[in-house]
Amino acid sequence: MKILVPIKRVVHYQAKIRVKADESGIETYNIKYAINPFDEIAVEEAVRLKESGLADEIVVVSFGVAECQEILRHALALGADRAQLYIHPDPIEPLVAAKCLEAVVKNENPDIVIMGKQAIDDDANQTGQMLAALLDWPQATFASSIQIENRQATVTREIDGGLETICCDLPVVITTDLRLNEPRYPSMPNIMKAKSKPLSIEEISSLQVSMTPHLVISKVTSPPERSPGVKLNNINELIDKLHNEEKVL
Amino acid sequence: MAVLVVGEIQNNALASATLSVVTAAKAFNTDIALLLASDDCSQLNSSIDGINKIIHVEHPDFAHPTAEALADLVMGFADQYQLILAPASTFGKNFMPRVAAKLFVPMISDVIEIVDVNTFVRPIYAGNALSYVQSLDQQKVLTIRSTAFSPAPESQSPVDIETYAWEGLSHPKSRFVKIEASNSDRPDLTSAKIVISGGRGLQSAENFQIIEKLADRLGAAVGATRAVVDAGFVPNDYQVGQTGKVVAPDLYIAIGISGAIQHIAGIKDSKVIIAINKDPDAPIFDVADYGLVADFFDILPEFEAALAELGY
Repeated sequence: MKILVPIKRVVHYQAKIRVKADESGIETYNIKYAINPFDEIAVEEAVRLKESGLADEIVVVSFGVAECQEILRHALALGADRAQLYIHPDPIEPLVAAKCLEAVVKNENPDIVIMGKQAIDDDANQTGQMLAALLDWPQATFASSIQIENRQATVTREIDGGLETICCDLPVVITTDLRLNEPRYPSMPNIMKAKSKPLSIEEISSLQVSMTPHLVISKVTSPPERSPGVKLNNINELIDKLHNEEKVL
Repeated sequence: MAVLVVGEIQNNALASATLSVVTAAKAFNTDIALLLASDDCSQLNSSIDGINKIIHVEHPDFAHPTAEALADLVMGFADQYQLILAPASTFGKNFMPRVAAKLFVPMISDVIEIVDVNTFVRPIYAGNALSYVQSLDQQKVLTIRSTAFSPAPESQSPVDIETYAWEGLSHPKSRFVKIEASNSDRPDLTSAKIVISGGRGLQSAENFQIIEKLADRLGAAVGATRAVVDAGFVPNDYQVGQTGKVVAPDLYIAIGISGAIQHIAGIKDSKVIIAINKDPDAPIFDVADYGLVADFFDILPEFEAALAELGY
């Protein structure tokens, strides 16, 4: 069984996000990047499926700038077998990313695609579902547990109001939620080993997908700030404010 | 041009998030149809201000619909509507991208403002920036963040109800197995007037029960930070924040919460935020309207006495 894990390079989750003065986007000068945390969970889950004998091969793929090699090497150090980078200089919107992934899936024929439920930069939460639709595959989003048996995936999903379990025929697209697993730290020997694992680099044009955007981002602004509040001295002052001034209690 | 709102249904009743989507749909100044898919539509006939018709689709698969079933259903209507809207809940997020991909149009998630027919505002980077997005395609698929739009009121005037027969999927590739609802008589986090949330400062599941008692007293919903959920003190659907639930109550009470960026992203549209934390430098005090530097358990008896005086 083969697993494909698409991964995205995003601004590190601890980086301070500042909007550019000309409102053209966010300030990226000198900012730290990393693998999207939900995608790292997807890689970890794929590695666990391989370790339990259910998967034979894990392929990781990324679209973006040359620096995406770093996150692909990280995924190889976690236990993926080979990596593909398709070079594209600009941000890719979810529909176009899904079209590109569809082309990769047609080349690789995986049984399972596992990917993050959303990237923490554009927070779209779309690409996995769109890929499943384009392939006419079933989908299991927001996974907090995955069991594979008899060419079926039983997936518990984190939904509003509880946990839902569904069963999907393979091939399937699964998107990961936070509590699916806790990714390991790659060991030094595995980091060294990852350096010799295959990593192919091609222009994204080789996938023969139109990269023309459907969306235009006209500006990016800072969210309205809450005006700084006051610190009170005791509970009676607090209750007084809530009851008499704000009238919320 | 007309708008199709795909309604979310919980326990055979319309989820309140759907009413917020109807309010958003009114911004387009055109006919609004509300599509309701359920295994039992008999209770779903209340009229909502602003909608022109309700479409009932009854089928056993819609007791717990899969994304494939919902997308297939919506595609049956797609050629009649220029705009397709649903709540940006786990319900809408699950199937709406599937609809968009089948239509080969982009989707715009988590819309918080409709600037004009083509321009939408949505949060990015966990709410640390707002993106103004224009769609170049005629047909648009949007999910609406319910906390950004007030719920449309019920209407007294009757509304046309059409029924539609859905055949079901010919070769379903996924099946519902079970649901473990986190059973709660408390109000829903996303629609509650008061939310009380606890953070790492509470230190144990037992201490969290004190928060829950206080919530029941106030008729409030209970939330938690990611750290508390990860520690196993409370179920995952308590999580408030960018990757959990986004809330906007009249009163948000943050107890023992330091104020991580991703948590604040989920609460900053609340009307009044109060924070109680031992650490005077906790970032939560930068966004709270009123702060109290104190150990929550030290002031709890006073808090309870004051609430009793107010009749809670």
